[in-house]
Amino acid sequence: MKGTDKVLVSRLNLYYGNTQALFDVRLSLKRNSITALIGPSGCGKSTFLRVLNRMNDLIEGVRTEGEVFIDDKNIYQPGVDVVTLRKNVGMVFQRPNPFPMSVYENIAYGPRIHGIKAKGRLDEIVEKSLKRAALWEEVNDRLHHSALGLSGGQQQRLCIARLLAVEPEILLMDEPTSALDPISTLRIEELVQELKKDYTIIIVTHNMQQAARISDFTAFFLNGEVIECDATEQVFTNPRDRRTEDYITGRFG
Amino acid sequence: MRHTFEDSLDSLQQDILRMGSLVENMLSKAVESLKKQDTGLAKEVLIMEENTDSLEKEIEQKCLRLIATQQPLAKDLRKIAAGFKIITDLERMADYSEDIAKVTLRLAGQPLIKPLIDIPRMSELAQKMVKDALDAYVREDVELAYRMCKDDDVVDHIYAQIFRELLTYMMEDPKTISQATSLLFVGRYIERIADHATNIGERVIYLVTGEKKELND
Repeated sequence: MKGTDKVLVSRLNLYYGNTQALFDVRLSLKRNSITALIGPSGCGKSTFLRVLNRMNDLIEGVRTEGEVFIDDKNIYQPGVDVVTLRKNVGMVFQRPNPFPMSVYENIAYGPRIHGIKAKGRLDEIVEKSLKRAALWEEVNDRLHHSALGLSGGQQQRLCIARLLAVEPEILLMDEPTSALDPISTLRIEELVQELKKDYTIIIVTHNMQQAARISDFTAFFLNGEVIECDATEQVFTNPRDRRTEDYITGRFG
Repeated sequence: MRHTFEDSLDSLQQDILRMGSLVENMLSKAVESLKKQDTGLAKEVLIMEENTDSLEKEIEQKCLRLIATQQPLAKDLRKIAAGFKIITDLERMADYSEDIAKVTLRLAGQPLIKPLIDIPRMSELAQKMVKDALDAYVREDVELAYRMCKDDDVVDHIYAQIFRELLTYMMEDPKTISQATSLLFVGRYIERIADHATNIGERVIYLVTGEKKELND
């Protein structure tokens, strides 16, 4: 695998029972970059995202064929520890889902499960993660208050901080700002752009302008296939495929 | 889908064509006015220049509004980007035509040192280039854009001829220098108009293919 590829997907096919949802997907995702996945509803982009941390395994009847290499290791090989995988490849969802606990406990939860018990160490991790997620300034005086009292945008950043606390390498984001107001959206976009220095990020979005604003690469999915994947600038100014052009110019939904 | 947007893009195209027509007309009248030493015609050109000025501003505003309200991408975006550049080229052509008309006014009352033959010839070719450039834009015809750009070489060639000829007049008789240099400027203005036409050709190629090509050397 080339040095710049963090993830390499090869001949990926996925079935929900008898229905095929992903067809021969091949993609390489560069280290420390942001790749946006765009496409109409039902095109397979969220399904594909879940392939990367084997979340689809939790759905009954799903069959995944092909290879997904993260740093040269095929995560679909028998014997792979999916718990470690999901620590390494974290996910943020459309609706923020803080645990019904304090801010502190939300962040400490993951590290605790992975064996860290010393309070000093946990304090450190909590502060570092909240700072990394650009949330520390806003919550450091209410760490032991319920996370449910935070605003939507803050809750989403909390979810990101929670992810970062277990030190992943890859961040998967499934429409992370769809449920947020424009200002919160822009703050998270700024955060994501900061984070790419240290992480490899894949983001599913319905918002074309968002994809254009923050991503380095964009992959266009249609009916379970990747039609085109290229530098974002190229995709949005001069796409190679007619179908990509029609989708991004709104000539079909 | 996006009917409003489609209609706006069509309307933008019509506006650009209208401005192009105006410019072709200005060049034709300006050179005509020089050849016939018709100051009335020259003054018409000056008024037409005001029209092209306000058209340019109007079209530029429309382009900005489309960008702000419709978030154009891919070809739509390139079309609007091309529009911005094309109206600038057209506005420069209009300025040059006005400059030619001003020469007519400056030379009013003096007999021409020679009947004008090459300048009208050059102008006709430049007008054809402007027309072809705008046709290429409307039809998104890349081949036409390339062919039109070849005419630029002929225009340059005629200009060189005019230059040499006027030089000999000036060397033979210093009293002709004032008028000859004015006529030389006219040649230069037409040559610049032809260059701007090739710029439009380049914009058309960019619009259709997404590639930037240099077509005048």
